[in-house]
Amino acid sequence: MMSTETRSDLAPRFGEFGGRYIPEVLVAAHEELEEAYDAARNDPTFTEELAQLQRHYAGRPTPLYLAERLTEEVGGARIWLKREDLAHTGAHKINNALGQALLAKRIGKPRIIAETGAGQHGVATATVCAKLNLECVVYMGTEDIRRQSLNVFRMKMLGAEVVPVDSGSRTLKDAINEAMRDWVTNVRTTHYLIGSAIGPHPFPTMVRDFQAVIGLEARQQMLEQAGRLPDVAVACVGGGSNAIGLFHPFIDDPVRLVGVEAAGEGLSAPGRNAATLVAGSPGVLHGTRTYLLQDEAGQILDTHSISAGLDYPGVGPEHSWLKASERAEYIAADDAEALEGFQRLTGSEGIIPALEPSHAILPAIRLAEELGEGGDVLIGLSGRGDKDMHTVAEALGVTL
Amino acid sequence: MSERLRARFAQANGEGRAAFVGYVMAGFPEPNQTVPLLLGLEAGGTDVIELGVPFTDPLADGATIQRANEVAVAAGVTFTDCLAMVREARSRGLSVPLVLMGYDNPLLAYGEERAAADAAAAGADGFIVVDLPPDEAGTFRKACAANDVSFVPLVAPTTAEERMGEVAAVADSFIYCVSVTGTTGGAEVPPEVGDLVATIRRHTELPIAVGFGVSTEEQVARVGKVAEGVIVGSAIIAAIEGGSVEGCVDRVRSYVERVTGRSGAGA
Repeated sequence: MMSTETRSDLAPRFGEFGGRYIPEVLVAAHEELEEAYDAARNDPTFTEELAQLQRHYAGRPTPLYLAERLTEEVGGARIWLKREDLAHTGAHKINNALGQALLAKRIGKPRIIAETGAGQHGVATATVCAKLNLECVVYMGTEDIRRQSLNVFRMKMLGAEVVPVDSGSRTLKDAINEAMRDWVTNVRTTHYLIGSAIGPHPFPTMVRDFQAVIGLEARQQMLEQAGRLPDVAVACVGGGSNAIGLFHPFIDDPVRLVGVEAAGEGLSAPGRNAATLVAGSPGVLHGTRTYLLQDEAGQILDTHSISAGLDYPGVGPEHSWLKASERAEYIAADDAEALEGFQRLTGSEGIIPALEPSHAILPAIRLAEELGEGGDVLIGLSGRGDKDMHTVAEALGVTL
Repeated sequence: MSERLRARFAQANGEGRAAFVGYVMAGFPEPNQTVPLLLGLEAGGTDVIELGVPFTDPLADGATIQRANEVAVAAGVTFTDCLAMVREARSRGLSVPLVLMGYDNPLLAYGEERAAADAAAAGADGFIVVDLPPDEAGTFRKACAANDVSFVPLVAPTTAEERMGEVAAVADSFIYCVSVTGTTGGAEVPPEVGDLVATIRRHTELPIAVGFGVSTEEQVARVGKVAEGVIVGSAIIAAIEGGSVEGCVDRVRSYVERVTGRSGAGA
């Protein structure tokens, strides 16, 4: 083993998944980041500053909300929503953006780059960079720019430069490739603020830790408001940061963990879904060993989902491990089911979810039916749906 | 074979010059041009060939080599096809050493041990895997060693000196020195690359070949003064793109002849 692997207390792998499959140019930056994060997470100055920002800037803790009408309609277990849609910028992405941006300042890197799919991570990063006075460049596929023009404008208003990426499938995967190319070029001055629990070590661990605030709060809130832990926690999985953030604090509890991937136009249509754990196989992409959607020759497949944020052919390596160890279950919901979930929650509760967590609604309803009265289902509602109104209108055949 | 690589560097350096290492992408511009291009590289005076293995997500490559990857992937060229091209080139007289260069996932999909064994059988001499640093390469390095193909590690300007020794220790033919932080075909090789090579030199006796940002005759000559090998990739891809498909082999051969000031005939 090379000596460079032993400088922090952070484990580089989750079982056989994870690791650091990166060009040599980036090795030093990852070692520096790993050491800096390991020191920061044990430094009260850092954790206290982050906690203050989470409270007063991001609006944490977010509420745990009992969806009473939906529960009544379903007639089964109680359905609870962890309201990340109410966090500043409208999604859980701010939790990670704040943590990493503070860390970048600590390391002394004045320039931040990020990738974004739906635009939520780009907006969260641009927001935090505006607040902390950091230069911000966001890479975004041209297909996603088309789908998410409102978020593009928000990022520009916040002072970020949005760079269109026209290679490959012109979605999240290609935005990550382009951000990586920027990083190998500008690594000395730049921190790559990866938006999900993906990428090379230490990103999957670090992003999970920053997002674990979701599950830590939800666990305590369930005990306070429901008087018990949920029977099952359900969350959508693209890269999987909101899901791992919700799941992780429940791992040692008797709580079923169910991740819902995007089945797009169907699991039987290769290249037309994004259900990595359900339909994929292990490989290496974007610096980590994890499940991938790939062909027999190891080429990465195109993906499709109605939600830009789930439109990714990889997944965080810790999810791969949770699947392999059977601690969590992964299923998939297609575009039509996501739309139905979107409408169901909007109509029953007056809460418009983003299309990403909309994938988790119908599976959660089915689980509530199965569990019956007396049970509790917790849904990670990772973001709000304002950004998706154009897409939903288009899918429903409405011209705005 | 690692030995074929070492011998070729020794031969070139013995002639008082750096070895010229040239890169082409398997399947680019068309699959049926790859074998003629390999032979053309040798005829133009190339000492060592890097044959790119196509991948959908070449995240360390600049626009030129990205395009070549896209074309080759679209043509359906797989690692299996790359090996067939090497076999055919050898059967048609290719004699210079050849290393396969690409990304980890196609090798994983093929099977790391099988990839090393079949590469050796096809007549390849080594691997350069861009996203497989020595730290993660335990299994693959073992497979390479067992089949006498070389695992060529990379050293970058950001590599800490304490790490250079560890990286150099896994090399058995040559070391790939990345001249600049950046992607292939990006920034020009900087004047201080000589210092980087000198630093690596403190940790190895093996040849050091410098790549990234090397394209012109002047750059090839300048890098050749400080390193045992000079690697050119994007400029060869650009030469392939610079005219008709039928003319690509001639253009590559004359490019190599021009920048090396020699031809392979009689080498």
